[in-house]
Amino acid sequence: MAEPRTAADKKERRLRELVTPEGVTLHLRLASAGSRAGAFTVDAVIMLVILIALTVLAFFIIGGFRTIGPAAIIWLLGFFLLRNFYFTLFESGVRAATPGKRMLKLRVVARDGGRLTGGAILARNLMREVEVFLPLIFLLSAQAQGFSNRWLALLGFAWTGIFLFMPLFNRDRLRAGDLIAGTWVVENERPKIAPDLLAANDSARTDAWGFTPHELETYGQFEIQRLEDVLHRNDPDTVTTVAGVIRRKIGRRDQGGSWSEDRAFLEAYYTAARLHLERRLLFGQRKRDKFDSTG
Amino acid sequence: MTASTAPAFGVRHFRTEREADWQRLEALLDLVEKKSPKRLTNEDLVELPRLYRTTLSALSIARETSLDASMIAYLESLSTRAYFILYGCREPLWRQIGGFFAYGWPAAVRGIFPETLLIAALFLASAVAGYFLVLSDPAWFNAIIPPEMASGRDMNATADYLRSTLYDRPKEGGLEVFATFLFTHNAQISIMAFALGFAFGIPTFFLIASNGVLLGAMYAAFIPKGLGVGLTGWLMIHGSTELSAIILAGAAGLHIGRAVAFPGTRTRMAAAGEAGRRAALVMIGVVIMLLVAGLLEGFARQLITADGARFAIAAAMLALWVGYFALGGRRAHG
Repeated sequence: MAEPRTAADKKERRLRELVTPEGVTLHLRLASAGSRAGAFTVDAVIMLVILIALTVLAFFIIGGFRTIGPAAIIWLLGFFLLRNFYFTLFESGVRAATPGKRMLKLRVVARDGGRLTGGAILARNLMREVEVFLPLIFLLSAQAQGFSNRWLALLGFAWTGIFLFMPLFNRDRLRAGDLIAGTWVVENERPKIAPDLLAANDSARTDAWGFTPHELETYGQFEIQRLEDVLHRNDPDTVTTVAGVIRRKIGRRDQGGSWSEDRAFLEAYYTAARLHLERRLLFGQRKRDKFDSTG
Repeated sequence: MTASTAPAFGVRHFRTEREADWQRLEALLDLVEKKSPKRLTNEDLVELPRLYRTTLSALSIARETSLDASMIAYLESLSTRAYFILYGCREPLWRQIGGFFAYGWPAAVRGIFPETLLIAALFLASAVAGYFLVLSDPAWFNAIIPPEMASGRDMNATADYLRSTLYDRPKEGGLEVFATFLFTHNAQISIMAFALGFAFGIPTFFLIASNGVLLGAMYAAFIPKGLGVGLTGWLMIHGSTELSAIILAGAAGLHIGRAVAFPGTRTRMAAAGEAGRRAALVMIGVVIMLLVAGLLEGFARQLITADGARFAIAAAMLALWVGYFALGGRRAHG
């Protein structure tokens, strides 16, 4: 249990459980602060581009009508809608994600696992007004007035910092808007199913190796699943290294040489060990990793 | 016993038997997420929950019997996606909008009634304070109202000039631009009042009070010249809508602040979430009210100059809002 797994641990800490009405536990992984910042940057750039397009459009309209009226109205309303409803509009869709979130494979969900209401989406996004736009306005006006008051500027930076880094200071990675709306942002990755390694290996070839139960119980579920990764990735160096480690651990003489021999050994060991451990799983005995002696 | 005697049952068949179902579910989910739920045929709509349940049960079996990490991860992501499509999906937009006007909005406003009373009282009190402050020392006027906003309507202005600002038609056109600007500006201020409520409502109090003082100071310039009634008509034709909206925005902010400060028996998070969702519903309404107020201010106020007509419109609007919020949607949702 005391195995150092810091990267996996960090991922583990972002896992949250959701129990479906059918009674099955699903795991949601909260988005990391980095990917959320990335998503926001993408959205901010898109908004900026739309705003510039809007302004250019307004100028064209002024040219056409020779009066400022229609252009001013389009610009004012467009800016208002963009600023307040860009996020709300996109997050109201089936995917509950803005283009930026989609790009970074994130989505918004209700913290209680229930329906994500329009009220919740609106609440989390209206809070951006104090998180993003207020300090932005503040900084711009401070710039315009040449930072006349240093204390005011300092206060503005502190304010921005509190809201900007808020997701880093609570374990659920909530920003103020998430807090108010009862939502959180989770990863929405879609792993593809890898080809079944058991189906690829016929048992006659595996049997030829004659692994003993003792050899097969050297490792547990954790290691076998890492081995699965190694086989799927099929990187020659890793295959050779891992084959060497396993041979030494189970006490087989190092008869490896070529890469294909190592690969064949690993495939055979994986197949035999997995079948063995899965068989024991059916009897309710789970060996979690190589340190687990209860299994 | 060696591994060679291990029976060949298990995951091999488990996976081959079910994989077609999983792929079908994945295709359906892709269709819903990339296009829209409308693209599903009736047959698909029946299939979707069935496929979700079989996938979910496959996941629980796989967790107990299989070591195939890739398959378990795949099943979990598939189940999660299907779960959010089936349980997290909202009603169609038009029905959401209908529901909002039929009961969501008035019910949300009724839900923040105590805060509304408090904010209204605060607004009124600060208006009275502003009024007497300026009466006691006219120098306060310039401190409270920025000169560009007063545009000559200050303590030294003549009664004739003040009267002209109330009843004369504006010289330049562009009413529609003016109305749009007022709407977006006021809506932004209200959204700010809402969002700042998060800090226990304190900045919201400040924002509302400063608006009240402003109004009171304005009255102090007009009332001594006998234009109190005229100013009220000029203000209230749109003000009955606009001030109600601003008070509701402040109340919505305070509602959140209250839930954060005094969550009661719920957890602080749960209380904040519930209050936030309700207050956000009020805020959509506030933006709509401000749109109406902007139109009234931009057009009706400039085009209608008779006091009587102004008061009639103001009273009608107020009655409309109060009646709607007090009675709207009571039958539909308790």
